Formats: sequence, structure tokens, C-alpha cells
Amino acid sequence: MASIATTPTGAKPRRRSGLGRRLLSPVTRTTGVARWILVAGLLLTLVFVVAAVFAPWLAPYDFAQKRLADGQAFPKMTAPGGDHLLGTNDQFFDVLSRVVWGSRTAVEVVVLSIAASLVIGVPLGLVSGYLGGWLDRVLLLVMDALFAFPSLLLAIVFAFLLRDVLGGTVLADVLGVGVTSAALSLTVIYIPQYYRVVRNTTVSAREATYVEAARAIGASRWTVMRSYLFPNVVSSVPVIGTLNAADAIGTLAALGFLGLGIQPQEAAEWGYDLNRALDDTSAGIWWTGLFPGLAIVLLVTALTLVGEGLNETVNPTLRRRKLVAVVLPPRDEKVRS
Amino acid sequence: MSPGSLPRYIVQRLLLIVPMIWVILTLVFLVLRVAPGDPVTAAVGDRLSAEALAERRAALGLDRPLLQQYLEYLGNVARLDFGQTISDNIPIIDIVRDNGGATLTLALAGLLFALLVGVPLGAVAGRRRDSISDVVIRLFGVITYAAPVFFVGLLAKLFFSVQLGWFPTSDIATPITKFQVETRTRILLLDAALGGDTDAVIDILHHLVLPAVTLGLLLCGVFIRLVRVNMLQSLKADYVEAARARGITERRVTSAYAFRNALVPFVTVLGLQIALLLAGAVLTESTFNWPGLGTRLIDYITARDYIAVQGIVTLFAVVVVLISLLVDVVNALIDPRIRY
Amino acid sequence: MSASDVVVSAEGLRIWYGTERGPVRAVDGVSFELRAGETLGLVGESGCGKSTLGRGLLDLLPEGSKMDGSLRYQGHDVLAMSTSRRHALRGSDLAMIFQEPLTRLNPLMRIREHFEEALRTHEPGVGKDELRRRSMEVLRRIGIPPTRYESYPHEFSGGMRQRLMIALALALRPAFIVADEPTTALDVLVEAQILEMLHDLRSEIDTALLLITHNLGIVAEACDRVAVMYAGEIVEIGDARDVFRNPRHPYTRELLRSTISLSTTGLHYIPGAPPDLVEPPSGCHFHPRCPDAMTVCTTTAPPVVESAGTLAACWLQSPGAIPAGAEEPLRRREISDADEA
Repeated sequence: MASIATTPTGAKPRRRSGLGRRLLSPVTRTTGVARWILVAGLLLTLVFVVAAVFAPWLAPYDFAQKRLADGQAFPKMTAPGGDHLLGTNDQFFDVLSRVVWGSRTAVEVVVLSIAASLVIGVPLGLVSGYLGGWLDRVLLLVMDALFAFPSLLLAIVFAFLLRDVLGGTVLADVLGVGVTSAALSLTVIYIPQYYRVVRNTTVSAREATYVEAARAIGASRWTVMRSYLFPNVVSSVPVIGTLNAADAIGTLAALGFLGLGIQPQEAAEWGYDLNRALDDTSAGIWWTGLFPGLAIVLLVTALTLVGEGLNETVNPTLRRRKLVAVVLPPRDEKVRS
Repeated sequence: MSPGSLPRYIVQRLLLIVPMIWVILTLVFLVLRVAPGDPVTAAVGDRLSAEALAERRAALGLDRPLLQQYLEYLGNVARLDFGQTISDNIPIIDIVRDNGGATLTLALAGLLFALLVGVPLGAVAGRRRDSISDVVIRLFGVITYAAPVFFVGLLAKLFFSVQLGWFPTSDIATPITKFQVETRTRILLLDAALGGDTDAVIDILHHLVLPAVTLGLLLCGVFIRLVRVNMLQSLKADYVEAARARGITERRVTSAYAFRNALVPFVTVLGLQIALLLAGAVLTESTFNWPGLGTRLIDYITARDYIAVQGIVTLFAVVVVLISLLVDVVNALIDPRIRY
Repeated sequence: MSASDVVVSAEGLRIWYGTERGPVRAVDGVSFELRAGETLGLVGESGCGKSTLGRGLLDLLPEGSKMDGSLRYQGHDVLAMSTSRRHALRGSDLAMIFQEPLTRLNPLMRIREHFEEALRTHEPGVGKDELRRRSMEVLRRIGIPPTRYESYPHEFSGGMRQRLMIALALALRPAFIVADEPTTALDVLVEAQILEMLHDLRSEIDTALLLITHNLGIVAEACDRVAVMYAGEIVEIGDARDVFRNPRHPYTRELLRSTISLSTTGLHYIPGAPPDLVEPPSGCHFHPRCPDAMTVCTTTAPPVVESAGTLAACWLQSPGAIPAGAEEPLRRREISDADEA
């Protein structure tokens, strides 16, 4: 599942020869500001991915740790400095550790939700667009309704529900109820987006000459979908995926802020920490909220920059080409005409 | 171009809305009813005896077959009856009446701020593509969009309320104002203005500043981005080149050609931002204890009151769908090309 | 004709624009003159640089382009002017009519607003009644009823919109108009009307017209002189009738043979495609496709020779100047070379 989310375009073996170059091509093909934006976004995203992967080594303490190994309790709401670089919060947790561990939660939820939306949304869009008929109409209506629905409310309703439903399932046991239900609530938001893009591309690609030719030489529906439509349609997915990832971070934090997300003992989650920090503001305590908030802003910004950068390279109307500067050489000895 | 074409377009759009609202109602109904356990137990299970719970279930019709419940629900919604909360027995419609005004005030103020700040900034960024101002404005847009409203709200409270003491930290008005303003429209700001109570109006506006700016900044990022992209597109349009060839000044090309034409697609997609505006309002209310529908929704979520959540959520969704319809119609009115 | 009659003159004009692959030599050393009331037809295949030349005259080039050489408008050195002075010439002195009339008017502005804006920009002191009178007069002349004055552009057909564009240009009485394929997007009947309108206007207000087209029939009908452009250069320029009757350059000849008329028995075409202007062929740019190419054509650009008022750049015109042994007909290795070019 995870591999689908990270390299959705690398599926076809015959394209693998230039895969490295192709993955880097958005960077090499852009210029000026667009390239700078893309590189900055990628680097910043990388920082959070590293933090997520190596959280146990990078974070000074565990995310739900309240005392040292020798039993000495952490101070409550101590200011940044000393043993607690970013201070502690009202639950005696170390803020720095929660910020670092929080990136792991964020990455887990985002990867899980985007992967699940892809696995459901892309095939649905392909089938719906290629087969057409009543199935297409019904799916389109349902997806349009879901799309029109304010996404946060949709996530709220599902998070509200899924926590009760998911308890005790295998997935929930592995990843935790909070992470799983949050991820699946986000999945519901993003399925319609993939569905719509893939369906619309499929409908137009279905009429394309090369697909018609494939049908004419007797390729089955399944072969046409798998070998002709899928590789084409999937090219627009990375941009949506990146922008959805940015949105998912924000929505996950919103769920956590509203108390519908992950509980503090289960995993560190920035939104939840911000909710608790809100009560600290009246006392002028800033560190409990500032750092998890900054983490959200930075990660969402990074992903948005990557998405925008990719969009500018994919969308030719936005792209500014890399022009070779014109230097008019001195005239030839003979002026013509 | 027939004179009847615009009304026909509106009717067509309305007819499209009906199945969409139906699907939304059905989805919300199904999602909340397939949940394990029953709404009554979830909401008040720890407070009432088993008999009392059964009685409440029967009163709400929850013991009847699902299909019958569904049809009754649809019938009730058609009469604008969204049911009663389980936890405190208040009709949903009363909640909307009492809290809708505060949400509306906040949403409109936020929208106004975003329009006043985001649209000009987006236009400048588009006009001066790749200049320093473009980079700074875009970055501002990306960050304001990336920053969760509750984080922006938290920072605003920390700095402007606690540190500087310029604005109140929460609520829509001081208790005295709330008590003194005579209820007319149930929109507190409007009531205060209608009652000619200048102090109350100032008090409410004073409370409104931080929440409105917080919510507005969220939309601001989206507006900057949309206006900028449309500005880039319209600056490339053939009529812009033709205008330049006629010697029209660059200032006028920017305003009357590029900017005006960029606003058309912007208004078209403005309807889609209503969802973001409402979602942002829910979070802003929660951050500032603003007594609106969002705050109430969170209260009922905490109380695990399915009927209340279902009612408020459905209502939000229907409002979003209707407002996007309205924006489409307004758009058809302002763009001379759109005649369906 | 005195020198003061010359409205626009270009001398060795070069316009190169930047791409991802390097500079495109869209216009590479072009010289011509246009007198008041005269129409010069500029013909050539797509991509030969004729539209770039037209835009360059009004400084409407895409970002990253560079222009040099000499360009004079009524004796003033245009390239030496400040950008704002050059732009001030647009509309009132230099005008342009474009190929696609459908997208050239601001969709949100009424026809009246277009006229008022154009007139106000160039003659700030004009009163409202005067504005209306003058706009109406131009509209009447191009055959648009005054009742349509308040309409929006989308309410007009393509032909009508092209007339409006011409009317907008006319209202300012420019001394020089570039018409870039003004009839290509329109049907044949409308084409004739538009051409007649352009013809009338130059006799009425003595405007010089540069008519860019790929249609030789239009040149024969509407132009006094013709310039044939190939790969960024003018290969032949002269009196239209003279050039058509007696083409000096093989490209002109082949181009004329390619036109279809009722007496055409088979379709003639020039093999190969116009060259890549990032790296144009050496010597004469036409040599890879030229049926008369000689060895000298591959190495050295031909000199410009005048005969009976027509200038042509071809070695056939100056056989005496060819170095000894270089007049051998060019033996082509493979014709597909040229096809691929």
C-alpha cells in the first residue's frame, strides 16, 4: 500500500529505464521561482519524513512519557530550556518529543488515507468512466454529493462513527484505533477527487484513437483498461496526491483539535496538543501551542509547495519555460536583402 | 438570448440540486444509523434506566424498521423538521435559529476580510509574475492557507489578547451587551444596530475582529492563489494583446482587461469556497468560544448525540449546496457571455 | 515619390526569440519600405517569421525576444525610442489587425466602451458627443448598424467582429497598419468584404498597409507590392504583378506553382518542410529544398540583386559572381534528408 502512495507512476516496467530521471524531471524541467519552490518543498517534506521514520532516536523522550527512567517526574508546564528543549505541557509531556512523534502520526495517517483513496477511487473511476451506463450515473451522483459536502464535516461524521465501529479490528490493533479511524475518515473525503479526475480522463481517453484501435484488434475490456487507460489516467495523480496530503495534515489536526482524533496515550498528534494548549493561552504560556502549530504549518506548506511546483510543470498553461537568453551576435560581414 | 433563458437556467440548476440534496440526506442518515448501538444509549445511556431508554427509543421511532425511519426522516426534512436532540430535547431548528446568526456574522466578516485583502494581493502577484512581491505574496498565501485556523487563533489570542490586551479572548460580546440587546432578528450585531445601541455594536465588533481575521486569513490564501492564476491567464488572452496594439495604457489593460476578466472565473469558483468557509467557521468558533452552530456541533459530538449531529451536519451541507447554486446564478447575471 | 512619403522602413531588421533550445532566428536581416497609401503583401509558409515581423513592428514580441537593425517610422528611429514613446505610437500611428477576431475584443466590454476607450486614450480632450459621432461614423462606414453600438462582442459573428477590429483601428486614423492574416479564420464571402474594406481605407486615409498572408490570391488581388519570406529572410521583394509574372527566386516560383486554381491539373508542392530556425541551413536557407540548388548555395548566402525594381537573393541572378567550379548542380545524397529537416 505504501509503495503505491509514494511512486504511483512507476508501475510500468518498460518505463523504468528512465525512472530516476523521470522522477527528477519536474525539478530539471522547471526554472526560476517554480524550481526554487519545488526544491524547498521537497527538502522540507524530507525533514518531516526523516523525523517520522527516526522518531524513536530523534525524540529525547517517548510521546507519552511523564517521568524519567529513574522515576523522577517531569515538571508541569516548564518553559523551554534545560532538559526540555521546548518545555513541557499540562500533561507533563515533553513538547519536543510530542512534536517529533507527531510527524510519525501525521505521515502514517496521510500515507494510509491517500493509499486507501487511490485503491478505491482510481479503479472506481476507471470502471465508471469506461463502462458508462447507469453504474456511471449513480456513482457520479454519489461522488458529486460527497464532493459538495464540506469535507471537514464529512470527516467529522466519519471520525465520530468509525471510532465505535473499528474497535477490535486487525487494522486498529496494528495502527491503533485513533490513527485508523482518522485515516479512513480522510479517505472518504479524497475518494471523490480521484474518482472524478480518473473518470473524466477515462471518458475522454476512451474515445481516443489508440484505444479505439486496441479495441478494433480485439483487446478485451480488461486489457484495454489495464494496459491502455490506466497508465495514461494515472499521470495526473501525483499532483492531486500531494495537495491532498497537505489537506490531510490540516484535516487530521482539525479532527484532533475537535477531540475526534487520536487520544494522547495512543500517539502524539499535533491537533490534540493545540486543543490543550488553547487553555494555556490565558496564562500566557506559548510553547505548548507554538511548536506543534509550527510543525503543522511547515509540513502543510512544504507539501503545498511540492504540489504547486509539480502542477506548474504538469500544467503547460502555468509553466514558464526555461528560455535560453537571446544574445544577438554582431552581424555577418554581408547584410542580406 | 431569449429573455426567458436565465430563469430556465435557474430552474435547471434547482432541479439538479434536488437529487444531490437527497443523496446527502441519505448518506448522512445511513452513516449515522449503521453505527453500532443506538443513538439514545450513546447519548444518555449512562443517565437513564433500561426501561426509560427503551421508552425514548420508541418515542423517537428508533425501534421501527430502518426503511420506515428513513422515509419518515425524509418527510420530516421536507417540512424543515430536523428532529430533536436526544441529550437535551431541543428541536434542531431552534438551535439553528439561536446560533445561526453568530455563525453568519462570523462567516460574512471573514469573507469580507478575505475579499478585501486576498483579491488585491492576488491581482498584484499575477501582474508582477516572478517579482519579489509575487514571491512574498504567494508565500503569504501558502502559509495562511497552510496554518490551521485554530493555530492562527491561538497565536492571535496569545499576542493580541493576552500580551497586548487589545481584544477580548472569546465569546461574541460581554454578558452585559448580550443581556441588554433586544432580540429582533437573532443576529446580535444586527439587533444592536437596529436598537441604536452604539456601545453594544462597538463591543460586538471588538469581539469580532480576531475571529474574523483568523477565519479570513484562511480564505485569503485561497483567494490570492485563484486571482493570481486567473490574472496570469487573462493577461495572456488575445484581447489583452489587441488592447496593447491599440495603445491602451498598461494601467488600463491591467484593470479593465486582465483584472476584470480574471474576476469572472474567480466568482465562479467562489461558490466552492463556501464549504471551506463553513469548515473554517466551525474551527474558529471552537477556538474563540464563539456561540455559533459550530460550537454547538462540537458540544453535541462530545455528548455523542447522533440526532443533533445529523441535523446540524445535514443543514450545513444543504446550505453549502444552496449557496453554490446562488453563486452560479449571480455569476450568470454578471457575465454577459453566460446565457444558458 | 519623395522620401517623405516613406512611412515605415526597415533595414537589416533582426528579431530573435528565446526558447528552451536556444534563440530562434525568426526574422534575420530583413529590409523593406512602405509608402503612404501602399499595400505590401508579406507571404510565406507557416513559421517563416512573417507574423513575428508584424508583431515586432509594434513591439508586441513575447518576453525574451531581442530586436536590432534599423526601423524608422516617418523618419524617426523607432528602436532608439524609449519603451513608453514606442508604445505611445501604438493605436494612433501604428495599428494591428489580428487573425482570430473572435477572441480579440474584451468580452466584458460593450462595443461603445471599446470605441470610447480607444479614442479617449489617444485624444483625451474629446467630448462625449464627439466620441459618439466619430464612433458612429466609423461603424457606418464598415456596415455595422448603430443599433449594435451597445452590444457585447459575443453577440457578433466572426466576420462582424473582424470589421469591428478594423473599425477600432480606423477610428484612430493610423498611418500604418499591420494586418496579420485578417481573413484566414473567416469564410470566403466575408474575406472579400474585409479585403475590400482594407482597400478602401488606404485610399481614404492614405494608410500604409502590411498585409501578412499565406494566400497568394489575396496578394494578387489586394497588394501593390509583395515580399516573399523564407526562413526569416525576404528572398524576393518587388511589384506584385512583376513578381507573379516573372519570379526570380526558385522559392517564389515553387510557391506560385503550389497554388490551386481552376486550371490546376495536379497538386504541386515543395518537398520537405521549412527549416528549423534555431539552426538554419548554411548558405542559402532554401538550398535543401531548392530544385535549382548549386554547390555554392550550400556554403555562401547569395547576394541581393536588383532587376527592374525587384530585389531577389539567389545565385541564379548573379551567375558571374559564383566562384569557379561552384556552379555544379547540387547532388543530393538523399531526398529524405530534406524531408526530415
